[in-house]
Amino acid sequence: MRNPLSDKVIRMKPSGIRKFFDIVSEMPEAISLGVGEPDFDTPWCVREEGIYSLEKGRTFYTSNAGLLELREEICKYTDRRYKVAYDPKKEVLVTVGGSEGIDAALRSMLNPGDEVIIPEPCFVSYVPCVELAGGVPVTICLKNENQFRLQKEELEAAITDKTKLLILSYPNNPTGAIMEREDLEALAEVIIKHDLYVISDEIYAELTYNSGHVSIASLPGMRERTIVINGFSKAFAMTGWRLGYALGPAMIMEQMTKVHQFAIMCAPTTSQYAAIAALRDCERDVVHMRESYDQRRRFLLHEFNEMGIPCFEPYGAFYMFPCIKEFGMTSEEFATRLLNAKKIAVVPGTAFGECGEGFLRISYAYSLEELKAALGRIKEFIEELRKSEFREEKYD
Amino acid sequence: MKTKILRLIQNNSQMSTKDIAAVLGLDEAVVINTIHEMEQEQIICGYNTVINWDKTDNERVTALIEVKVTPQRGEGFDRVAERIYNYAEVTSLYLMSGGFDMAVFIEGKTMKEVAQFVARKLAPMEGVLSTSTHFVLKKYKESGTKLEQSRKDERLVVTA
Repeated sequence: MRNPLSDKVIRMKPSGIRKFFDIVSEMPEAISLGVGEPDFDTPWCVREEGIYSLEKGRTFYTSNAGLLELREEICKYTDRRYKVAYDPKKEVLVTVGGSEGIDAALRSMLNPGDEVIIPEPCFVSYVPCVELAGGVPVTICLKNENQFRLQKEELEAAITDKTKLLILSYPNNPTGAIMEREDLEALAEVIIKHDLYVISDEIYAELTYNSGHVSIASLPGMRERTIVINGFSKAFAMTGWRLGYALGPAMIMEQMTKVHQFAIMCAPTTSQYAAIAALRDCERDVVHMRESYDQRRRFLLHEFNEMGIPCFEPYGAFYMFPCIKEFGMTSEEFATRLLNAKKIAVVPGTAFGECGEGFLRISYAYSLEELKAALGRIKEFIEELRKSEFREEKYD
Repeated sequence: MKTKILRLIQNNSQMSTKDIAAVLGLDEAVVINTIHEMEQEQIICGYNTVINWDKTDNERVTALIEVKVTPQRGEGFDRVAERIYNYAEVTSLYLMSGGFDMAVFIEGKTMKEVAQFVARKLAPMEGVLSTSTHFVLKKYKESGTKLEQSRKDERLVVTA
């Protein structure tokens, strides 16, 4: 019998997250700080709208690009929050989560051999999606000393004559890093000079804790070369509804809608109706969730400071990215030992790219009580490590 | 800052000043002083515990009594209110707009006890025109806290 599988798919590495998930799943008593989704329930008014749409029997396909009413709300929201105007009829595509938007954008924009610059550490799907779309991923190793912000020199150094796209992902998973206006302006200059396009994954845009999020599409000359990916999962705690959207110039969106049409038909109808309520009525809930995350963020930062674990202050998403290089272990070794010794699950930084080595991703999508309990155990673990190291040195 | 502290302790009065300080990025001494100040100013009037008595062996009955009142010359409703709220059985008392004047919440051991309180103390009180008693059958949520929360974290333990 012939091999039924695609060489390209076989070559794809399984996600590092998956590996750790399997280990943690066998330890039901462990406290996990490994989750990449909000701990809040979807706001009640959104759930209620979903229920209502089902009661009304709104269970049919919507147009491929999504309900026009929803697309209009998305455009109003984007203009209101991020100061970029899009045409609801031609420049929005409602997708199955942000992930589908990323995939559809790459498929629509890449020709075989086109290079895509991907700053790491980053979300796990960019590299495999680029490969599936026939592109060549070129990774940049972001640096702790720059707070994991992409520097224009780093970008410039990665560009070749084959470079077509840059995937930007701020606020960032796993580091919690953000890019401020000046940082983006510096990049925009390079992007325009080299005639690149940008896929800007802004799924965590609502979760920034110093100044508000700046979308690179709002900078002069950038709107026409940027696809913005956003969605409802993080801002409105709607991960299971699987709803996101892509915004960009009509010429690209038209092709993306084609890819979406053949692969997906349309995003889930119930979720689309619920999402209209999210954009119209949920500002208070979003503010409340953001405040809670911010409090937890400060709490964790304070705790890591007290433990003497270096951690830059992350201003976005719901992750901390502390550095554990002092213990002379790989991230995976540290995470595994922490799990076995103290039953705390964190994700090794290397799950998000090789340059995550020496770091851990700690999610604070947990209640303060849970975080307190978990941090107490991490503190014990670290104290024990330091003590044993001290002893080893003494008797050497 | 006061509002931020209040919102934190509104639903968790046991939160330590150390945690409040860490969470808000403040100095613990500042938090302690601010809370003390708010206690002095009676912005913070007390620290209660939300108890679901139904889960204990104690029999408890709660009733809401709508009361119509004649306001007293010079003192409005305050005088009558004081007379009512000084009874230990009264757990809450509000002056209301609408069809009646005061909402009185009463807790007693039995329905009979509550009924007797209304008949013997509340109804005959000077200034009280009429009462209408409603017994609480089940409490779902009190002071912002759901009384039956059996939510468990159903998220996958590790996700991207």
